[in-house]
Amino acid sequence: MKRTSFRRGIVPGVAVLALALSACGGSDAGSDEGGSSSDVSGSVAVDGSSTVFPMSDAASELLSEENPDVKVTVGESGTGGGFEKFCAGETDISDASRPIEEDEIALCEENGIEYTELQVATDALTMVVHPDLEVDCLTTEQIVTLWGPDSEGKVTNWNQVDPSFPDQEISLFGPGSDSGTFDYMANDVIGAESETTRTDYEASEDDNVLVQGVAGTEGGTGYFGYTYFEENADSLKALSIDDGNGCVEPSAETAQAGEYTPLARPLFIYVNNAKYNDNEATKAYVDFYIENLAEIAEIGQFIPLSDELYSETQSGLEGISAS
Amino acid sequence: MSVAATTAREVTTSSVATGKSRDRSVGSLAFLGALWFSLFFGVMVLVVLILDTAITGAPRFDGALITDYSSRVRPESTGFRAGILGSLWLMLFTALFAVPLGIAAALYLEEFSDGNRWWNRFIELNLQNLAAVPAIVYGLLAVAVMAFMGFQRTGIVLGGAIALALLILPVIIITTREAVRAVPQEIRQGSLALGATVWQTTWRQTLPSAVPGIATGTILGLSRAIGEAAPLIIVGLATGVRFDPEGLLSEITALPMQIFSLTSQSQEDFQTAASAAIVVLLVMILGLNALAIFIRNKFQRSW
Repeated sequence: MKRTSFRRGIVPGVAVLALALSACGGSDAGSDEGGSSSDVSGSVAVDGSSTVFPMSDAASELLSEENPDVKVTVGESGTGGGFEKFCAGETDISDASRPIEEDEIALCEENGIEYTELQVATDALTMVVHPDLEVDCLTTEQIVTLWGPDSEGKVTNWNQVDPSFPDQEISLFGPGSDSGTFDYMANDVIGAESETTRTDYEASEDDNVLVQGVAGTEGGTGYFGYTYFEENADSLKALSIDDGNGCVEPSAETAQAGEYTPLARPLFIYVNNAKYNDNEATKAYVDFYIENLAEIAEIGQFIPLSDELYSETQSGLEGISAS
Repeated sequence: MSVAATTAREVTTSSVATGKSRDRSVGSLAFLGALWFSLFFGVMVLVVLILDTAITGAPRFDGALITDYSSRVRPESTGFRAGILGSLWLMLFTALFAVPLGIAAALYLEEFSDGNRWWNRFIELNLQNLAAVPAIVYGLLAVAVMAFMGFQRTGIVLGGAIALALLILPVIIITTREAVRAVPQEIRQGSLALGATVWQTTWRQTLPSAVPGIATGTILGLSRAIGEAAPLIIVGLATGVRFDPEGLLSEITALPMQIFSLTSQSQEDFQTAASAAIVVLLVMILGLNALAIFIRNKFQRSW
């Protein structure tokens, strides 16, 4: 008797679950608008930089509207983590917010992975300060003074960066050492041998936390992507950067023109050549990605490539099928 | 020793039976106040958090939130279909993996094993420690298991389900043991006296009587698993997925991972959508907990 009553309870429960599952799956036909001329199908695995993620995700979305049979998965395990999987042959495409590094190249070679680097957009790092701070422009050397590993524990006041700056304690906010943004700052801007910035700062992978930190702390400063500044322009002040040719404001135009150095950086996707040539889904995805690059960069809130850079990317793409 | 503590002790010893006190001294009132404050604080933080999330997410309580895939092109109507379906599939297979294993292990330990043997004590000790292991470690364990089985891509239903099953296995074993232990010895002895074997007694008497406790423990375990993101990130589930899961080897994403990904985006629409998705996740968890309470009340029996 005990058991029958138990079964009577469980069976409807399972039925409800099954119904719920099938009901969710039922509306599948709605997303397919038909009329798609392409009959390519298959799956594509993309992983890598969380900076490039919005672009690769947008490409996946736009492609799925045209051809839902190409099943793209986009991960965001970071540039380094992405290359690790890419060079092990686990993924077809790797998103990267910096060029591939020596040890990663070696790993790819070891596993016989041939790849092609394609630039997809330009990202600009922006140095920001609390809006009330009377600092407007930093030279590249001053960035190093502010963020370099040698300043750790020593440079704690703005007037140590430059005597003309106000007497105000510095509060630093920046991305954690796992992020491509950190790598870019440490390796390319500061260029210290230790490949780190100073470590006595508030670190967060969440750019919103950085924005709030800088906006809420007098003497606060930090760095992150240009688009994050654009969204929060009213609560922050962006610094111009002087790389020897006078102060240059961060903007789409200056970054694209290559004037906003050294804080503008290229974003890449790395394509596995063999997968591109053998897997028609990978080819369809990459071709679509590059074809609609300007639109995708805009959705991802990055600065689109200049015509010159775009034609370089296109010829890189043509090179894959030739190889 | 403070006045409050002393008073409290007096109060407890004098009025344990009713739990009420006629003592109205300043100390006892202050202590009562502190207790109320603690209760109020704990509950209020939760209520404020949920309300804040619900208010932030309110503009996005629409059908698209559940039926559409995530969208970059139209952030204002981004959906969590892939995540919700992915989480449901994960729960289904997590339960399929963990429940039979957990119940069998618990039955062995409770009904068949000799608790004096060192290996059984060793297993028990391990179980209790396993329940306290951080979730992320189970993700690493699942990756190792998948590699051992020869899977190159681990971001699939199987990988996630293995991680979550390992995560809730200790919980299921421990609650099942409690439930089995709560079945009175007389039931077993009666069955054995009538000539049933140990196996028949366990299968026909002990286990059915313990079902409410087992079901409650299992569902509470599942409701913990459904909210986990860390082990799934380690397993390598992708975030951007725009197709429904089709099988055990299908690539999926999960609702907590999509929420985690969206909260670090700068666009406000995504923040709103993430808040709305948190409410969806809460509803799923509360639904599971309600089911657990329902099962417990419906099938509970007293001896």
